[in-house]
Amino acid sequence: MLEIKDLHASVEEKDILKGINLNVNAGEVHAIMGPNGSGKSTLASVIAGKEEFEVEKGSISLDGEDLEDLAPEERAHKGIFLSFQYPVEIPGVSVTNFMKTAINESRKAKGLDDMPANQMLKLIREKSEMLEIDRKFLSRSLNEGFSGGEKKRNEIFQLAMLEPKLAILDETDSGLDIDALRIVANGVNKLRNKDNAIVVITHYQRLLEYIVPDFVHVLYDGKIVKSGGKELALELEEKGYDWVKQEAVV
Amino acid sequence: MAYTEEELKKELETKEYEYGFYTDIDSETFPKGLSEDIVIAISQKKNEPEWMTEWRLEAYRVWKEMKEPDWPNVTYKKPDFQAISYYSAPNKKPKYDSLDEVDPELLDTFKKLGISLDEQKKLAGVAVDIVMDSVSVATTFKKTLAEKGIIFCSISEAIQEHPELVRKHIGSVVPQKDNFYAALNSAVFSDGSFCYIPKGVRCPMELSTYFRINQAGTGQFERTLVIADEGSYVSYLEGCTAPSRDENQLHAAVVELIALDDAEIKYSTVQNWFPGDKEGKGGVYNFVTKRGLCEKNAKISWTQVETGSAITWKYPSCILKGDNSIGEFYSIAVTNNFQQADTGTKMIHLGKNTKSTIISKGISAGKSQNSYRGLVQVNSRAENARNFSQCDSLLMGNECGAHTFPYIEAKNKSAQIEHEATTSKIGEDQIFYCNQRGIDTEKAIALIVNGFSKEVLNKLPMEFAVEAQKLLEISLEGSVG
Repeated sequence: MLEIKDLHASVEEKDILKGINLNVNAGEVHAIMGPNGSGKSTLASVIAGKEEFEVEKGSISLDGEDLEDLAPEERAHKGIFLSFQYPVEIPGVSVTNFMKTAINESRKAKGLDDMPANQMLKLIREKSEMLEIDRKFLSRSLNEGFSGGEKKRNEIFQLAMLEPKLAILDETDSGLDIDALRIVANGVNKLRNKDNAIVVITHYQRLLEYIVPDFVHVLYDGKIVKSGGKELALELEEKGYDWVKQEAVV
Repeated sequence: MAYTEEELKKELETKEYEYGFYTDIDSETFPKGLSEDIVIAISQKKNEPEWMTEWRLEAYRVWKEMKEPDWPNVTYKKPDFQAISYYSAPNKKPKYDSLDEVDPELLDTFKKLGISLDEQKKLAGVAVDIVMDSVSVATTFKKTLAEKGIIFCSISEAIQEHPELVRKHIGSVVPQKDNFYAALNSAVFSDGSFCYIPKGVRCPMELSTYFRINQAGTGQFERTLVIADEGSYVSYLEGCTAPSRDENQLHAAVVELIALDDAEIKYSTVQNWFPGDKEGKGGVYNFVTKRGLCEKNAKISWTQVETGSAITWKYPSCILKGDNSIGEFYSIAVTNNFQQADTGTKMIHLGKNTKSTIISKGISAGKSQNSYRGLVQVNSRAENARNFSQCDSLLMGNECGAHTFPYIEAKNKSAQIEHEATTSKIGEDQIFYCNQRGIDTEKAIALIVNGFSKEVLNKLPMEFAVEAQKLLEISLEGSVG
């Protein structure tokens, strides 16, 4: 589904990604781990098409289609979803209104009419129950005054609403207490199916106890230096990133 | 073919602001320049009684001695007041009994004007007094209003038919000598609207006026007078569009509102004068004096959405004279390209337990400058006066400016005055966030701006709010990216 080949990317002339190769197939969950500053969030932003990052070399394709010339919203229409590490606030725009706009813009891009209001309501009810979200929450301004945990839960709520092909979860576990983490992870697991794929970016192994990956990759200094099964995450937790760093240097 | 009211309204379809057309209707235009003779000629042309002519002349004499204000935070080439023609009226003089008598070309203009009328058609029951280049040419729903004793007509007509009301109230809130532009307006005002709501009557529909500058080089000087008698209520809507023109056009209107004991006036404006092109050429100069007077327990709310004009200089104000009276000001001012706006309000607390609320939302884009200027004044006898002000600015890009000039003068110790101000910028992160959810940049900006303006948009009558949202989107098109 997602195919990344020899990807090099920079920001303000600083090289961040230095040759990433990654294949994610439908039905798979991949975890990308690595120390701070290794390029994890950059990779997520580049896949989503954030303009400030310059792709110097290599390619990203989704279902065989090269994404290079696609704007971020077009990538979203193709089914790429990024759960942000730091979701932004949009004052005065309710969660419901934002979701309504997002869904209808994607439908418009596919040549469909707006989703009928009753269908939208049903969808909202279903997904908010799944993530144990209070209805009042949905009328609040997007992310404004939300706690860290509420922001993350809201990201996953949007994921559930939009049902993308490829979901990238960037540090979704940070800011979540253990109960919220369980709810969010449960939500993500319910959304898993054979047609979609999930890339989990995380610093710690904790989230991976709940969202169990098929593959774990270790990113260090802009490159994937180690790949393996879910046991790699445990090994990392035990030995720390210094272990990988030393291996990378050698 | 005879148009029915409904058919005409249906014809008036929503268009984007592309009103760069010019209607070629025979007009009678006075020679350029201003003198006592011109003032007298305007008055005679309109068949006015002597007291009105005298009143205009007084204003002219005061104006001659006045200087244009230079305190607003705007820069422009001062208009040459002797190069303006002060009177222009569509030539077909008689008032039409029905719309099928109206000049077809004028009807076509109305069609292009559609934006506001279309919204109204959905919520039928809006009486429209259309001011076309100074002279009212169509007034509707008059009968329904007349049954309630409501007078809604052009000010020229009011001077003829209700001279006692006009004479008593005109200039009582905005005196001739109030300021340079008010004096000029008092001397040469060509037409405008007049509204009187009798005691205890609740006006059953929103009253609307549509202004439009249509004659090249004609300054437009509208005069509006709204009187809400004791215990009455009226909601008044005003919207404007203007054709594009290379030379600057001067617009100096005066609006006076009088809310007698226990009365309430809600005055909403969507202002969309031609703002000039992307290089800052052309555009309307909008120097407006709007003020309302509240007697005991009365309430006046000003709501404005300002998206047009090259220069805006406008401070809808409330004089809270009566005890327990309430003044409100809700404003959205958008500036883009080279537009400059200096706008805000004055809340003058004279009576006891008077309350005022100011919510101002400024949105600047392009190379524009957007200033909020507001005065909250509490008189020594105004016990327990309260004010809450909130001024928020939203910036788009790095070349625009937002400024806030709050003035507070409290002469009574019991006054409670709160002022909050914020400045924010539409961030690339916000836009990227929306993009990532499948919302393109233009739509994202519209969403963010509408969210920012929500508190004020909510104050507008529904049909106006829909139109205002559209206007905000159109005004900011192409401002980022």
